[in-house]
Amino acid sequence: MTLSQLEIGEIGIVKEFTDLEMSVKLMEMGCLPGEEVRVSRIAPLGDPIAIHVSGYQLSLRKFEASTIILQ
Amino acid sequence: MKADIRVALVGNPNTGKSTLFNALTGLNQKIGNFPGVTVDKKLGYSQLPDGRSAEIVDLPGTYSLYPKSRDESIVFSVLAEKNGDLTPDLVVVILDATNLKRNLLLYTQVADLKIPVIIALNMIDLAKKGGVIIDIDQLAKKLGVPVIPISARKLEGIANLKAAISFANKFALQESSIDVKAIAPELIDAICGEIDTENPYFALQLAHQHETLKFLTPAQSDRIEELEKEHSFHSQKAQATETIARYNYINDVLYDTVKTPVTAQDESHSNKIDKILTHRVFGFVIFMGILLFMFQSIFAWSAYPMSLIEELFVLIQGGLRDILPAGPLTDLLIDGVVAGLSGVLVFIPQIAILFAFISILEDTGYMARVTFMMDKIMRKVGLNGKSVVPLIGGFACAVPSIMSTRTIENWKDRMITIMVTPLVACSARLPVYTLLIALVVPSRNIWWIFNLQGLALTGMYVLSLISAVIVAWVMKFILKSRERGYFIMELPVYRMPRWNNVLFSMYERAKTFVLEAGKVIIAVSIILWVLSSYGPGDRFKNIEQKYNAPQYARSMKPDSLARVISTEKLENSYAGVLGHAIEPAIRPLGFDWKIGIALITSFAAREVFVGTMATIYSVDGDADRIDSVQQKMRNAKNPDGSPVFTLAVAFSLMMFYAFAMQCASTVAVVYRETKDWRWPAAQFAYMTALAYGAAFLVYHLLK
Repeated sequence: MTLSQLEIGEIGIVKEFTDLEMSVKLMEMGCLPGEEVRVSRIAPLGDPIAIHVSGYQLSLRKFEASTIILQ
Repeated sequence: MKADIRVALVGNPNTGKSTLFNALTGLNQKIGNFPGVTVDKKLGYSQLPDGRSAEIVDLPGTYSLYPKSRDESIVFSVLAEKNGDLTPDLVVVILDATNLKRNLLLYTQVADLKIPVIIALNMIDLAKKGGVIIDIDQLAKKLGVPVIPISARKLEGIANLKAAISFANKFALQESSIDVKAIAPELIDAICGEIDTENPYFALQLAHQHETLKFLTPAQSDRIEELEKEHSFHSQKAQATETIARYNYINDVLYDTVKTPVTAQDESHSNKIDKILTHRVFGFVIFMGILLFMFQSIFAWSAYPMSLIEELFVLIQGGLRDILPAGPLTDLLIDGVVAGLSGVLVFIPQIAILFAFISILEDTGYMARVTFMMDKIMRKVGLNGKSVVPLIGGFACAVPSIMSTRTIENWKDRMITIMVTPLVACSARLPVYTLLIALVVPSRNIWWIFNLQGLALTGMYVLSLISAVIVAWVMKFILKSRERGYFIMELPVYRMPRWNNVLFSMYERAKTFVLEAGKVIIAVSIILWVLSSYGPGDRFKNIEQKYNAPQYARSMKPDSLARVISTEKLENSYAGVLGHAIEPAIRPLGFDWKIGIALITSFAAREVFVGTMATIYSVDGDADRIDSVQQKMRNAKNPDGSPVFTLAVAFSLMMFYAFAMQCASTVAVVYRETKDWRWPAAQFAYMTALAYGAAFLVYHLLK
């Protein structure tokens, strides 16, 4: 399951990434393996999404979220 | 001003870095550009308690020393350069106390470069309010650096920070965070030997970033590249390993120094606002409302100060003419330089108002939500969520709007936005449109409520937006992206705007515009003045002699005689000659050489078209009396007796003004924002081609 499949309010735990380049940027922003993420909202047009991670709100595109595999 | 110590400010975006910068330096700051990129280089001076002075360098906000954009790459290159113009003696890392974990990543990277460092723990008041408990002494002990709690917004702790800066060591005493060498042991040793450094993290960063660092010689850079191949170094894998190691270290540091409640109060408060502001219906309604309000205010609030500035300059011109002896030098000063200056300063109200709004939208955190909401639509046409504001601002004026594209981090998105913004129907086109529409479109209602003239004007505005979108979409395929487009962006919590910052930003932007774009505008204004007030050979002298003949003085009033003379002079000036010269080229658009003159003179600014028309068709009084210009234009006849301004000619002209880059200020500001003449040149070329094509098409369809 990937982060892009979560609905608003659902929680997941980051397991790994499918895209190395993207993962470097995501990890810098606190999106690390083992970290809990919660989808806090989805943009009115369905993309991008906003997640709650390591104490703040991060927005990313659905495509980017689909590179994050959850446990 | 020479300072005793140079301090660099480093921190994540949205941590209050610029507020701290303003608090430390007050108005004692100057803005320039970092070489090669269009990031403002802000330098300021601060008086330390021990009497020394510190030069403060504000570096762009970044989450990591590994840049996501070219702008962010400034941070490492400034910190790492040895004995450069900006090499700091001390780094102040500003951390957001409400989000220490992510903020500490950048700190650990900076600390490992072994530059003396101090932590400014900002928003300590908000952290307390949110229930975050930080053991500051323990944190300082673990990291081995001074940690100064501050609230930049409330100006609390600034004196302590200044004291800490003045007591700072010349040597880096901080603890190392992670075992850097373990990431690529042999490569780091090899680079250390090659570049003459003992710092393993510096060596590792060189391995990652050597291609973009200007302080390395090409030979050094090539050598590092060779070493990387030799030791089969994989940049991204190494970065991933490093980041994970750093977060492990950070978790370790935070474990017994910071207690965070399950949900921060601030966040849930923000969450409630977000539910409304990013709502699928209200979100857009509110955004449209805000845009409409901005757009209206730029128009309405700037009208009075703008006319004040213009009137002031008319007074100055009149005054100068009375004081100075008549002659070409006086004319150059008054009609060239002072007129050009007025053309520059008149933009200040619009720039100040737009930037007041933008700074409020950014400061409150709303801009990030706009990007969040609009990203999907804008991405389809090659733009970015943040392109919305410049595009809408373009309805008022392209100049401040192009300056505002700095908020767009992605290089390609930003360039496309700059390239298409001048297509949006700005306020300078309005007098041209109203004049021409009134000339050829009957003021009659269709379907009871729609006035034909109003519909034509609306059509021109809609056309401008559509053309901008289409051109952006085309450019998406033409421009090569230099960096991969990310949308990994923080949505900061909502905060009240800091009014000081708003004022600073208005002042800074206006100043930058006047100092940098102003030069070009004045130069163009002087050239146009020369073109329209001098003619080849003795033509001007002959005209004056001709009208000196007594029969003119007897048969004509002095006013109308002067008008006839100035009309004939304009026709015989270099501008007139050029108008004749370009006539073959503009004939297919339905334009004669008189319109050609107007096209040339209105290169400085579109609204000059009306004034030139007034002079060519010699009208009483000034150009503001559109009615009389209109009458004269209506009566204008071709040599064969047919009217000049037919429906086809008028619409062809409107198409030309809709697409052509008839604005010296925009050219100047595009140069200033791109730092490369090829951008304004390409823009000028494509817009002129588009204008010619559209005008040609419309003329032949309507003829």
